Amino acid sequence: MEAHVTSDRKIAPTVILAEFESAGDALHAAEKVRDAGYKNWDTHTPFPVHGMDAAMGMKDSRLGWIVLACALTGLTGAFTMMHWMNGVDYVTVVGDKPPGAPQTLPSMVPILFELTILLSAFGAVLGMLGLNQLPRHNHPVFASDRFRKASIDRFFISIEAEDPKFDVKATKEFLEGMHPSHVEVVEEEVE
Amino acid sequence: MAYYEPITELGEAHLVQKGSTLAEVTDDIAGVTEKPAPRGWWIAFLLAFSFVGVFGLCVGYLFYRGVGVWGNTSPVFWAWDITNFVWWVGIGHAGTLISAILFIFRQKWRTAINRFAEAMTIFAVICALIYPGIHVGRPWLLFWVFPLPNQMTLWPNFKSPLLWDVFAVGTYFTVSLLFWFVGLIPDLATLRDRSMTKTRRTVYGFLALGWRGSNQHWRNYERAYLILAAISTPLVLSVHSVVSMDFATSVIPGWHTTIFPPYFVAGAIFSGFAMVETVLLIARSVFKLHRVVLMRHLELMNKFILFTSLLVGYAYSMEFFIAWYSDNPYEMAHFLHNRPAGPFWWAWVWMMVPNTLIPQLYWSKKMRTSIPVMFVVSIFVNIGMWFERFVIIVLSLNRDFLPSSWGYYRPTIIDVGTYMGTFGVFFTLFLLFMRWLPMVAMSEVKGTLPQADPHYGHRGDKHGEHHSEPVAAKGGLAAEGAE
Repeated sequence: MEAHVTSDRKIAPTVILAEFESAGDALHAAEKVRDAGYKNWDTHTPFPVHGMDAAMGMKDSRLGWIVLACALTGLTGAFTMMHWMNGVDYVTVVGDKPPGAPQTLPSMVPILFELTILLSAFGAVLGMLGLNQLPRHNHPVFASDRFRKASIDRFFISIEAEDPKFDVKATKEFLEGMHPSHVEVVEEEVE
Repeated sequence: MAYYEPITELGEAHLVQKGSTLAEVTDDIAGVTEKPAPRGWWIAFLLAFSFVGVFGLCVGYLFYRGVGVWGNTSPVFWAWDITNFVWWVGIGHAGTLISAILFIFRQKWRTAINRFAEAMTIFAVICALIYPGIHVGRPWLLFWVFPLPNQMTLWPNFKSPLLWDVFAVGTYFTVSLLFWFVGLIPDLATLRDRSMTKTRRTVYGFLALGWRGSNQHWRNYERAYLILAAISTPLVLSVHSVVSMDFATSVIPGWHTTIFPPYFVAGAIFSGFAMVETVLLIARSVFKLHRVVLMRHLELMNKFILFTSLLVGYAYSMEFFIAWYSDNPYEMAHFLHNRPAGPFWWAWVWMMVPNTLIPQLYWSKKMRTSIPVMFVVSIFVNIGMWFERFVIIVLSLNRDFLPSSWGYYRPTIIDVGTYMGTFGVFFTLFLLFMRWLPMVAMSEVKGTLPQADPHYGHRGDKHGEHHSEPVAAKGGLAAEGAE
């Protein structure tokens, strides 16, 4: 990361943004960035673009496993709760079904089901946020005014300065070679 | 949420008005929250909010005096309170059907109405949850329904359908809220990025959680959305099934019926679609959403209403048939005499005509594509479905096994005020939602536009060069979660 000094402040680039007008252009550019071997880069689009995962060479999401673990926790937790409360701690016999007998299972089905769903939903939402490392209200890309369009109608590729292959001049030229509508080097003050 | 490709051979067209750009769609929807509210919004809001006041007075009086201020009395101990509870929960079901079930079936037209319908679900379930909360007599002891340790070392009875209901409706509300919020995140980011004032930028920015449209995020986001849709699908079917078990597991003629769970779910979707349509038609004309909410969407909803009307009509007929076929004198007395010819025959007519006859208009394309007709029909269905619950609850109770305990039921002014009050709560929340949040899922609608197709504008040229597989040696982002 090469920093330069302007007056008394030290400025360093944090990310380079290439802006595209269409989803297709961004997709093809992403394929080139992938093949050039960059690691710390991303695309930013107003909606999920079909085929972008492959264009970026990404693996499938792991979220399903998190949700499965939550679902099983909900299921076993619900069973343990009902069995212990109504069958062990304070025995409640309804319909002459002996406490803890298999005949008590059918009446447990609704709550077994509901708590499985409830914990799965929390697993899906919190797991998604966790995998995405959100909330994160501060990110280098937000320093760019043009980036505001990323949630409206523009498609961006960002290559971060953290990337081992990052070189301000070479990376900028590389991105310019893909005919984006705009390329911007986002800079930030450093200590 | 891949792009939508209409099958032109079947006469399908795009889901958003032809030639709309991404920016125009954003302007139409986000613009509503940025411009000053139209006069109509203020009138509606003040009206709705005054009914919140009515609600507060009625519930305050109820808490002060007790449930005797309602018309519930022997033998009708469940009346408007539970009727309204079941009705409001049912209204919510269309929202989940649109957001989850239609998503699983890849019905992309849902994008125009799903946000709206999900909001309706949440507000309707809030209204529904009020009723069991206030009808328990001593609402300050409501926490007894939860499995919390207490000084009596008692636990709730998990074999009671009423307790299943606590878990079913509670889970339904929570999951609907989570689903709704997940859908809102990218749109909140759009509002943040369009905001001109610091307050808007701060508030929407905070709620958007720092969403930056990253494809690494979209990957997990889309998976989360799919999972939420997949688990909401059985959930929504379970909720009204469990509600119906409050009745079906009892021995009262009229309640003790195995058809109840699917019958309640069909009725819930039926009334929910009607309510979405009532509210959507108003919002569409007040906020000029004609670019996104097309006649095609409304027509599809009308087809749903027609279909679920037939299901409900089938359930009504089957109840009659089984009552006669069972040869059970109590069943026959209830279904063949008390309902159509008892003291509440007029309620039965209000159930049958709007629910089974009026929607038959929709067999005609002219009728199901006429805005005034669908507005009137949707209101009739709302009323009819309220009477369905009234018929099931009150008519089964007013004449049970012992003729000596037969009675009549009349609501009091407090009953009426509380019901009107929940409309105030519902519409106040809805109007605030329409004013401050994007009422159409922008990112999802954009994903169905022709521009979302990566081949848009390139179709035909050099096809086959696209989507090259990652070059293995270079790796790309294959490493999971690379940042």
